[in-house]
Amino acid sequence: MTAIEIPAAPSRWRSVSLPWTVPAGAGIVLFWVAVAVLAPLVAPSDPIAQDLSDTLKPPGWAHWLGTDNFGRDVLSRLIWGTRIDLMMGFFGVLFPFVIGTTIGAVAGYSGGFVDAALMRLLDVTISFPFFVLIIAIVATLGPGLGSFYIALALVGWVSYARLVRAQFLVLKQSDFVLAARCLGFGRARIVFKHILPNAIMPAVVFSMSDAVLDILLGSSLSFLGLGIQPPTAEWGIMIADGKNFIGTAWWISLFPGIAIIILAIGFSFLADGFAELLGAKD
Amino acid sequence: MGALLEVEDLTVEFATRAGTMRAVDRVSFAVGKGEIMGLVGESGSGKTVSCRAMLHLLPAWQVRQASGRALFDGQDLLALDEARLRDLHGRRIGMIFQNPASHLDPLMTIGRQVAEPLIHHRGLSAREARAEAIELLRQVGIPDPKRAVDAYPHQFSGGMKQRAVIAGAVACRPDLLVADEPTTALDVTVQAQILRLLLDLRDRTGLAIILITHDLGVVASTCDKVTVMYAGRIMERAPKAELIRSPRHPYTMGIIRSQPSRAEPGRPLDSIEGQLPALNALPEGCRFHPRCAFAVAPCRSGEIPLDRVAADHDAACIRWRELQGAAA
Repeated sequence: MTAIEIPAAPSRWRSVSLPWTVPAGAGIVLFWVAVAVLAPLVAPSDPIAQDLSDTLKPPGWAHWLGTDNFGRDVLSRLIWGTRIDLMMGFFGVLFPFVIGTTIGAVAGYSGGFVDAALMRLLDVTISFPFFVLIIAIVATLGPGLGSFYIALALVGWVSYARLVRAQFLVLKQSDFVLAARCLGFGRARIVFKHILPNAIMPAVVFSMSDAVLDILLGSSLSFLGLGIQPPTAEWGIMIADGKNFIGTAWWISLFPGIAIIILAIGFSFLADGFAELLGAKD
Repeated sequence: MGALLEVEDLTVEFATRAGTMRAVDRVSFAVGKGEIMGLVGESGSGKTVSCRAMLHLLPAWQVRQASGRALFDGQDLLALDEARLRDLHGRRIGMIFQNPASHLDPLMTIGRQVAEPLIHHRGLSAREARAEAIELLRQVGIPDPKRAVDAYPHQFSGGMKQRAVIAGAVACRPDLLVADEPTTALDVTVQAQILRLLLDLRDRTGLAIILITHDLGVVASTCDKVTVMYAGRIMERAPKAELIRSPRHPYTMGIIRSQPSRAEPGRPLDSIEGQLPALNALPEGCRFHPRCAFAVAPCRSGEIPLDRVAADHDAACIRWRELQGAAA
C-alpha cells in the first residue's frame, strides 16, 4: 500500500486529569478493605471474648478504644465489624444493580408494551416507602443478612432500572449507535458493546452512594434487632449496644460511628470523582 | 448502465400526527464508480432522508412507506432483508456524518472503533485488525497513529474525530461512501483538509461518494455532478461545471447567488425570499413557485416534470429556456 501525502491534522492531544477525589476515595475504601481482609492479624483480641472484670474501660494503653459493657475490646470489634459492613455495602449494591440494570435495559431498549409493563411494576414498588418496605420484608423473612439482601434486591433495583432505562432511551437513538449500524453490526453486538457500557455509567456513580446507604441501612436494621444478631461484631450493633451507656461510656458508640462516617466519605469521594470524570468526557 | 448506484423513483412517506407526509417524492439519480455526486438543498429538502431510507436507517415506526428502487450493484437495497443489508453496511457501503463527536462511542478507543469492522466483516484477528487500524489512521492523516490508536474520542479534536470516523467507514474498502454534511461542523481550514482526504480516497480506491451538503462551495471543490433537491423533489441535476456555469432552474440560481463568497462589501447578502414549505402544506404545481421570481400561472398547477436541458442535464422548470443567462 503506497502512502499518500495528506496534510496531517495538527496534533492536539487532550487529556482529562483524574479528579483528586478518585484517589482519595479509593484510598479510604481500600484502607477498610485491607482492615477487613487482615482482621485476624490486626485485631488485638477476640471480638466476642468477654471479660467481665474489665468492663466499660475508657480508651487507654490496654484497650486503645476502650471496652464495652461486657468487657469486649472495642477496637477488635470495630476491625471485625468492617468485614460485615463492607459485605453489606457490596452485596447490598450488587443484586439491585444487576437486577435493575437488566430490567432497565430491557424496558428502555424494547419500548412499547414491555416498557410500559415494567415501568408499572416499578411504580408499584416505589409507591411504598422504602424503609417501611425493607423492614416489612426483613421482618417477614426473619432477621439476618440473607433477608437483608433479599429485601434490598426486591426494592433497591428501582433506582438502577430508572437510571439505565433513561440512558437506553437516549442511547438507542444516539449517533454512535447509528454509526455502528452503518458499519453493519448486529443488534446484540450494538446493545452489549456500545449501548450497555455507556448506559451503566450513571448507575455506577449511583452505586457508590448507594453502598453507603446500604451500610447505613444494614446498621440501622441491626440497631433495630432485624439485621446481624449479637454477639457478632457489626458497627450498627455496636452503636446500638452503646446507646445505654452514651453518658458514661461514649467510646462504645462513638468509634463505630466514626468508622461509618469515614467509609461513607470514601464512597462519596469515589462517586463525586466518577461523576466528574464522566461529565468531563461528555 | 454501468452505474454503481441507481435510484429510481424513491419515495419516502412518514407517519406523523398530522397525517402522512411525503418527505421524498419520486427522486431518481445515479452514481457511477469513483464518482462524487453532490446532493444539495436546504435543510429539510429530503437529502438526508433519501439516503437514510435507502440504507434502512430511519426508525421503523416513523416510516410509513419507502417505495421505488435503489439498485446497488444490481441488488435493490429497498428490497433487501436486514441480514443482507447488514452485510453491505460497512463492507461495501460506508456512511459518515455531520457531527463526528457524537458518532464515536465515547467509551471505546479510536483503534477499536476503526478495527471493529475489519474483525466483523473480514474476519481479521484482533492483532491484525489493530495493525490495519494504525495503517488506516496514518492514511487519513492522523499524526502519531501508533499512539492515536489507543486514544479515546474525547482526546481528539473535531477534525481528528472526523478523520477517525472516515477511517472506520472506509476500513473495509467500500464501493460507496455516503457523506452526510461531513464538514459542516468543522472549521474552514479543517473542512478543506477533510474534503481533500475524501478526494484522495476516491482517487486511490475508486470510492464513489454521495456528498450531502448545503454548501455550494463544497460542491464546487469536490463533486463531479450535482443533484439539487427542494421540498422532497429533484429540481435540477447536472455535471458540476455546467450546473455552476449555467444553472437552468431558478432555485439553483438562487442558491448560487446567495453564496457568501459572492457577497460584495456594503451590500446585503443575496438570499432566496421566504422559506421551505411544510410537507403537509405543499403548494400546487411547482413546489418552488411561491418563492420564485419567475413564476407564471402554469407554474401554479399540475406536475412539473424534469425536462432534459442537455445530455446529463435535467431541470424541473417549465421556463428554463427563457431563463438562460438570467442567473447573473
